[in-house]
This record gives sequence, C-alpha cells and structure tokens, in this order.
Amino acid sequence: MTAEIIVVTSGKGGVGKTTTSASLATGLAMAGKKVAVIDFDVGLRNLDLIMGCERRVVYDFVNVVHGEATLKQSLIKDKRYDNLFVLAASQTRDKDALTQEGVEKVLDGLSEMDFDYIVCDSPAGIEKGAHLAMYFADHAVVVVNPEVSSVRDSDRILGLLASKTRRAEKGEGPVTQHLLLTRYNPARVAIGEMLSVKDVEEILGIDVVGVIPESENVLTASNNGIPVIVDTKSLAGQAYSDSVARILGEERPLRFVEVPKKGFLQRVFGG
Amino acid sequence: MGILDFLKRKPEATASVARERLRIIVAQERSTRGAPDYLPMMRNELLEVIKKYVHVDLEAININFERDSGHEILELSVTLPDGKPAAKGATQTG
Ligand SMILES: Nc1ncnc2c1ncn2[C@@H]1O[C@H](COP(=O)(O)OP(=O)(O)OP(=O)(O)O)[C@@H](O)[C@H]1O
Ligand SMILES: [Mg+2]
Repeated sequence: MTAEIIVVTSGKGGVGKTTTSASLATGLAMAGKKVAVIDFDVGLRNLDLIMGCERRVVYDFVNVVHGEATLKQSLIKDKRYDNLFVLAASQTRDKDALTQEGVEKVLDGLSEMDFDYIVCDSPAGIEKGAHLAMYFADHAVVVVNPEVSSVRDSDRILGLLASKTRRAEKGEGPVTQHLLLTRYNPARVAIGEMLSVKDVEEILGIDVVGVIPESENVLTASNNGIPVIVDTKSLAGQAYSDSVARILGEERPLRFVEVPKKGFLQRVFGG
Repeated sequence: MGILDFLKRKPEATASVARERLRIIVAQERSTRGAPDYLPMMRNELLEVIKKYVHVDLEAININFERDSGHEILELSVTLPDGKPAAKGATQTG
C-alpha cells in the first residue's frame, strides 16, 4: 500500500494553509488513518506550533533529506493521537536545502512505514518550496479566502497542479482538486460586501469541498497549540470535520454559510 | 445623518465588483496560460497600431492562446467602442 499524498496549497500567503494542514491531518487521524504531516515551509517553522509539539522538535525534514537523521528519529508523535506524526521544517536552512530527489526519498520512506496519508503544508508563493510540496501530490486542498487576490492566486495554483506535478508529467491522471474556502463571513456576504461561495465556485469553475467560517476559535486554538478541529464545539472545528469527511468521500451538507437566524426566545433573552 | 438615513443606509455592495473583475482576469489568465512570455508586450504594441485607427484601450484587446496536438493557435479579438463600426473608424480616423 502506498500512502496518499495531499498537498495543502494556495499561492497567496496567510490564507490558512497551516491552520488547514493541522486540522486536516488531525481529522484524518481521528478517522483512524495513520497520518504524517510535513512542514515544507523551510526557514519558517510554524506547523509545530499549531500542532503544539514545538518543544519536542529534535530533527527536522531537512535533516532527513540530507541523511543526518532517520525518519523514525525525526517524526514527532502527536500527544492526542497515536497514529498522527509531525515532521517539522528546518529553521536554519534556506529553501534550497530541499531537492526533488530528497523529498521523494522521504515520501517513499513514509509509504514504507505504512502511512495512509501524508499531508504536505506548502509555503506561500509558486517558487521552489511550493513546487516541491505539490509535485508528488495525489490530492490537493487549495485554500482560498473570499477576496480578489486570493481567488486569482488559487486559479494559478489550480493551473500548476494540472501541469507541474508528477501525475501531470507522467500522465498518471490528474491530481484531485479540493477547493476549501476559509475565513468566510456569512453576514458580510449577505450584505454584498464579500464574495459568496457561489461567486468563488463560478469564477474558478470548481465546487468547494468545504467552507470554514471566520472564527475567533482559530486564534484560541493556535494560542493553545491545539488544531481547531479538536475543538468540536467551535463552528470552525465542525466545518473542518465536515470537510475532512467529504475528502474521505462522505456526503455532508454545507453548514455555517448562512447568517444564523435567531429564534424569538433567543432574540429576547440573547444567546 | 438622521436616524432614518442611518436605517436606510445601503452597504457598499462591492462583492459584485470583485466578482466581475475576477471573472475577466481569471478568464484572460487561463487563456494565456503556458503561452510565450512576449504576449503582454505584443498586446501592447498591437494596441499602438490599432490606436492609429480606432480609439480603444488595452482592455479591449483579448488574446487567446491554445495548444492542441502540436499546433499553437493565437487568437486575437478587439472589442471596438460603441457606435464606431470598424470600417468607418479605420478610414476616417488616424
Ligand atoms: N477560519 C479562520 N478564522 C479566523 N482566523 C483564521 C482562520 N483561518 C486562519 N486564520 C488566521 O489566519 C492567519 C494565517 O493562517 P495560517 O498561518 O494558517 O496561514 P498560511 O496560509 O499557512 O500562512 P503562510 O502563507 O504564511 O504559511 C493566522 O493568524 C490564523 O489564525
Ligand atoms: Mg503556513
């Protein structure tokens, strides 16, 4: 069995790739899969913080690529799920420290260790780091915000996924594309201030796999080093759970895309 | 501003502006994806030539690039301004 490789990418920076990678990896682990999540943002290590394992990083991705440590030594086991592992980015090397052969070796190594899924958290941009993160992917989660530059960049990324990946080059069938719309604010959409789900789907010509509402719980979760999907009470956490289920093939209706209508009692008594 | 004005205040529905701009730019960028780097410059030079005959701006010139089984097709279309048929513009202005 070879592991399924999922890249989380966007083009534009700061749209929620790392937040999504952490919740996607954790969600897959919650579904019983054996998962590794790799931080491709060499030089800027962040995923470890969002996963809450920053103090346990000894060896990183670049160490493995250069044969300075084994995969076993470098994978950090998650505190909550035994079947979830993090491979941190190097903070001291520059982005040239990764090579295509090196990345392939690590991914093959993980496959041999019987991982079901490998989640690759891409750096922003369309340069080497982003290219390497997507090159070996079987599936892509393209993270987009309802905002002009993010939508335009995600269209470029969709184009690159269709041409600059191993699957495209070897004619092995397309990389499955999942569009994930995050930081969505239904109230602003309702008054015409923000692009709607339908707008984004029409412009890009693909349907969303999920919509994550703008939510203060995301910051709380990152403050605590707990992926927001673990916070099952938060709307963002629930929306991530739905999205992971859909990526695994389940059908679930979209939630949290309308302005919540308060009932009469709620309006009177608040809540 | 009175309270009625405040209540009647229309939010700025800028999402529709964003949607239209994105529709156009995404379509344009898709049509020239993988096309040679000289396209934007060529488009600009074409504009200079066309301007001698008709007043159009850069947005009116659409370039479509297609590649299929060994052929590369460059398709060019120019949207002429309203009320100025091409022939008339070409003979009378410039
Ligand atoms: N649904 C959301 N609601 C509110 N804030 C969010 C949401 N998703 C992400 N954020 C916030 O947006 C910021 C950027 O998120 P994140 O680091 O995941 O983006 P990124 O795409 O990985 O950035 P980079 O391109 O720098 O790697 C963070 O502060 C995060 O807390
Ligand atoms: Mg990131």
